[in-house]
Amino acid sequence: MGKYLKHPLGQAVLVFVVAYFLLDFGIEYIPPLLGWASAPIPNSVLLQYLITVGVGILLWVSDNDARWAEFKAPMHRVMVDPGQKTLRNSLMVLVPVLVAFATFNSVRPSVSAPTTLRAIHPSAPGQFVFQGATLQLAGLENPLRSQGSMEEHYEEGKRVYYENCVGCHGDGLDGQGHYAHGFNPAPLSFQDDNTIATLVEAVVFWRIAKGGPGLPNEGAPWNSAMPAWEDFLTQDEIWSVIIFLYEQTGNEPRTFEEEAGGGEAE
Amino acid sequence: MRLSLKLVGVMSLSALALHLFPEVAGAQEIAGRIYGDFPFIGGRVAVWGAAQIHLLFAAFVLGVPMFAVVAEAVGMFGGDQKYDKLAKEFTRLLLVAYSATAIWGAILSFLLITIFPNLWVYLAEIFEVSMWIYVGLFFFESFTLYLYYYGWDRWSQGRAKLGHLGLGLLLNVFGTAVMLIANSWLTYMMSPPAEVTSDTPASMIDAWGAFANATWMPINIHRAIANLVFGGAIVGAYAAYRFLMAKTDEERAHYDWMGYIGNLVAIGWLIVLPFAGYYLGRELYEYSPQMGNTLMGGFMSWLWIIQAYLIGVLFLAGNYYLWVGMGRIPGAERFAPYTKYMLVVLVIGVIVWATPHTMIANREEVDAMGGVYHPFLGVLGVMSAKNTAVNIMILTTFLSFLIYGRANKEWTVPWAKTGTWVQAALFVVAAAIVMFYGIYGYFVSAIERVDFSVYQVVAVLGAIFGVGIIHLFMLRGAKSRGAIRWGQMPPRSQYALFILAVTFTWLMGLMGFARSGIRQHWHVWEVIQDTSEWAATPALGFAAIVISACVLIFFVLVAFIFWLGGLAEKPIVSNVGTGASD
Repeated sequence: MGKYLKHPLGQAVLVFVVAYFLLDFGIEYIPPLLGWASAPIPNSVLLQYLITVGVGILLWVSDNDARWAEFKAPMHRVMVDPGQKTLRNSLMVLVPVLVAFATFNSVRPSVSAPTTLRAIHPSAPGQFVFQGATLQLAGLENPLRSQGSMEEHYEEGKRVYYENCVGCHGDGLDGQGHYAHGFNPAPLSFQDDNTIATLVEAVVFWRIAKGGPGLPNEGAPWNSAMPAWEDFLTQDEIWSVIIFLYEQTGNEPRTFEEEAGGGEAE
Repeated sequence: MRLSLKLVGVMSLSALALHLFPEVAGAQEIAGRIYGDFPFIGGRVAVWGAAQIHLLFAAFVLGVPMFAVVAEAVGMFGGDQKYDKLAKEFTRLLLVAYSATAIWGAILSFLLITIFPNLWVYLAEIFEVSMWIYVGLFFFESFTLYLYYYGWDRWSQGRAKLGHLGLGLLLNVFGTAVMLIANSWLTYMMSPPAEVTSDTPASMIDAWGAFANATWMPINIHRAIANLVFGGAIVGAYAAYRFLMAKTDEERAHYDWMGYIGNLVAIGWLIVLPFAGYYLGRELYEYSPQMGNTLMGGFMSWLWIIQAYLIGVLFLAGNYYLWVGMGRIPGAERFAPYTKYMLVVLVIGVIVWATPHTMIANREEVDAMGGVYHPFLGVLGVMSAKNTAVNIMILTTFLSFLIYGRANKEWTVPWAKTGTWVQAALFVVAAAIVMFYGIYGYFVSAIERVDFSVYQVVAVLGAIFGVGIIHLFMLRGAKSRGAIRWGQMPPRSQYALFILAVTFTWLMGLMGFARSGIRQHWHVWEVIQDTSEWAATPALGFAAIVISACVLIFFVLVAFIFWLGGLAEKPIVSNVGTGASD
């Protein structure tokens, strides 16, 4: 065993296998041991990681003449050595069978919904019409933050949320509502650092007001089941639910850059 | 007589109307042909392909003179003739490439005029003066190039040589001016001044305001650097082709050295290119958050994953070439054991950089993740992680260059050991700053986080500058452990140079599509709408096919130029095998 591990081919195979287990199982199981949430890695990402690792291994074995010659030697022997005929013939059968099997698997009809290349950051327009009035998105601030009691706005937002949003976005604002599992893509989690925490309130307002039907044509189809809430809620109700979302999750809304007049600079 | 008076009246009113509403008159003149067409592939793809191939040749003919003139100056002031010969061979490649650029430029112009006549008239009305200056500069640039190349041997001594170098500089001045003008036209289409609306007649638009629009200078800087990178990569590919076709050891040695220089220029300038790209991105966001978001977070965002991979390939191929090249440097074996650690850093860097924020996942996988973001890997999908990865990759690549440069050196300066420790400390401090801001970025608001990337960049550039200066001083009086055995390079290393050239070309096509595609259904952003049948932004898969076809056509033509280069005259082989030590 030791002599195989000293050989570049053996080392290359070992590194690849270890990388596979680390990526496929390590990412799922090791972080929870340290108290971090994790989940299985999607196949598409696993494949791209393994290709990268594979390329890295090939670079390592070939960046030195002696190692490259040593690495190729066993393969060369299998291909030309008369004593390796059985192994060679077996490979001649096995490799095409494996390729055929992989091909069959990739074209086999499946009941799963197809995986799609999606973008989930719709671009908000420069201006939009809200219940008949044109609003400029750049510089649009939440008016409730400068008037009335924040506690009242929070309570009002909470009411609006529990009457309208909780079914999908969940009691914990984590996208795990009762109906969430019926949707693909799943409703967003507001607890996530990458949703409302990266947006200015004006964009959140536009997103809630216009819902799925108001998403821009670019990047379509969006597959968003969210209603256009401007048909059901008042302007103040939407602003108050935004206050509730940020307060409840502990997130801070992004602010407009002073010079830029826009807040999506990342 | 009454009829004549009536006629005069009608003509006068018509003249008044034309004076008051010139744009209406213009629209009537070209009514009936708002858009043309092109057989089989359609008008848009025809213009797209012509523009892309023109740009690729243009990038080459703008980039190569920059380092040709530097190489000539090094040869002239350093006294090493091999640099002069190298510069001349670079310039020889330019001649045919220059014609190809002009031909594709003409094809692009005629296609634009016939397929998008309204847009052409509109742009011509705003930019007519700059268009005239453009052709004038083009004329001067052409003849300067001819003088520069054909006068090489005639003006090779004394003050005449200085004049010849001046011609090289002039060539760059004309070339850069041509690029600046062309950039103004295309950037105007992306970012017209705020006061220009769909109701503004072209004749009323301030020409300078349109010229120096919001994204003009960022594009100028980005393209100037990218041209150098691209020129280096194509020269590297040319050298690789010549190396593989070489019949003698002298030829192999010469083209091995030329390939090294090409790679040095390409990867060296690639290191600073992300910073220029970042500046362009920021300016785009400032101009239009909507456009910026479409580019970085919207439907164009997948291109950035492809970009991450392609740039990953560039970093890996560039470093690989250096590591393989260390096999022909006496003394390099001291450093060979460390390359595997650098490779691990680069592979991890590519993995982090290319981790998508929104993953391609099926229904079951999305359910298992509890949403569209992976709860653990999601942290790698944001800019904090990606900026950190790319900066660490840049530092690693610079380290590769450094150990390559000191591989056969034996220091004689008394402070060499201290110098090495200071260099190591600079690397460590820069890496620590990059990592610190990368991690800290997760704990602050997005608006604060944006500035962190600037601190990371400054740390990396500072380290590169500091380490480089120390290296130069340490080189003083350094002994050689033996000359580099130019030409003794395994053929597989040359394929790394081909990969570099193809990847750069593909990358330019893809990101050029992203830059242009974010206008979506606008010819001129929010001013002139595209009402043609090709108004919808093409799907990424379709775009990838068109771009790949352009890359293929470009390389078929480049291969022809390479072949032609060998056909016209014998290669200019300089004796780099003896006496060359770096």
